[in-house]
Amino acid sequence: MKFIDEYQDSKLARGLAYKIAQRSTKTISLMEFCGGHTHAILRYGIRQLVPKTVEMRSGPGCPVCVTATADLDKAIALAHLPDVIATTFGDMIRVPGSYSSLQQAKAEGADVRIVYSTIDAVEIAKANPEKSVIFIGIGFETTAPTIAASILKAQQEKIENFYVLSLNKLTPPVMKALLDSGEVKLDGIVCPGHVSVIIGSHPYEFIPRDYGVACVISGFEPLDILLCIDKLVEQIEKGEPKVEIAYPRGVKPEGNRKARQLMEDVFEIGEANWRGIGIVPQSGLKIRGKYEQFDAGKAFSVSLKPPREPKGCRCGDVIRGAATSPECKLFRKVCTPERPVGPCMVSSEGACAAYYQYGTLENSQGF
Amino acid sequence: MYYGLTWAKIQEGMCLAIPVRIVSIDGDEAETEIAGVRRRVSIAFTPEAKLGDYVLLHTGYAIGVIDEAEAEETLKLLEEIASLSEVH
Ligand code: SF4
Repeated sequence: MKFIDEYQDSKLARGLAYKIAQRSTKTISLMEFCGGHTHAILRYGIRQLVPKTVEMRSGPGCPVCVTATADLDKAIALAHLPDVIATTFGDMIRVPGSYSSLQQAKAEGADVRIVYSTIDAVEIAKANPEKSVIFIGIGFETTAPTIAASILKAQQEKIENFYVLSLNKLTPPVMKALLDSGEVKLDGIVCPGHVSVIIGSHPYEFIPRDYGVACVISGFEPLDILLCIDKLVEQIEKGEPKVEIAYPRGVKPEGNRKARQLMEDVFEIGEANWRGIGIVPQSGLKIRGKYEQFDAGKAFSVSLKPPREPKGCRCGDVIRGAATSPECKLFRKVCTPERPVGPCMVSSEGACAAYYQYGTLENSQGF
Repeated sequence: MYYGLTWAKIQEGMCLAIPVRIVSIDGDEAETEIAGVRRRVSIAFTPEAKLGDYVLLHTGYAIGVIDEAEAEETLKLLEEIASLSEVH
């Protein structure tokens, strides 16, 4: 497939790996923010391909994983309300909340439906005017414009039974929170490619400036990631951290203005609750007052029991890059993709699921 | 929901965006193709997208147009690096 296959070539990968090894003298720690990157890195054995001086850690970039248990509980409670159809992206449905999951709610009779796109959720609302259709909106800046578009569509077409529970989150503010905490020492960040298609490269500029941490935006094919690592190593070796784009076929410095406009029209910035991190100011998207009628958080009230974290699960540490999945005692023994204990094992972007699938050298597909 | 197997694969990971080719345009929607599978997508965020362009498709929306000249540049750079490393 064009723009995919050519970035998986093994000869080119070895060339890059050689160049990185030539360059790298300092021992450094890099974080790949995005769960999609974690998957590709483990799948193609990139950790083994880069020199020992380069340590890779996974970060909080899995939207399902970072959804706080309390927010999950709310989504599940909403799904149980009478005459409600809860719609959400596939990964969300199996994530365990404190006492249940959306899947369990469905088994108990709630109408929970997986959609591929917010367009489908709006269509379901149109087809079921007697029901309230709630879209459980998770995701980063990549997805937020699509959720904004669904609210605008509902408004234009006067669809009055469509609602969104906005759990959307923003990337640069959580990077700031991680760097401020100082828990994990980082020299560079593999910045998320598809978030950056929307936001561009400017919002990361405070990171090299204020924290001295290198930032390179990467695509998702293995060669894209190696190219990104090469640029990060180069910046760090020279001691000149900055923001670079190693994915220029997808990302422009200014991002996608049109998508951002829609996002800014519908949402305002507020705090958000992140699993393992807690409340991070300025890191969430709230539906603006003028679109209040579509805000499921305002239109429905549910009473919730205090949230309870899955016992022994270290997702929080994994999300912050403070632990790797195999360091969790439950990993593989108790927690598996079939019987996941925490969200990091459920989501197709979760680090635990990636480690489970590709985590050993024998399992990684390599080139 | 109602897509074939390939779509099941493509849907994996909601953060994923994949390059698909535009085969026809109808207002702010377009018919796209990847590996023989066709799908209608919204191009509301990429009004500049033209017939034959590749767009990054994310949950039913084109979020960006792929810059083919940049794609070629990157490949050239990668090939250069590979040929340099062979010399050693
Ligand atoms: S392996 Fe399972 S229990 Fe352990 S951190 Fe990951 S999801 Fe949680």
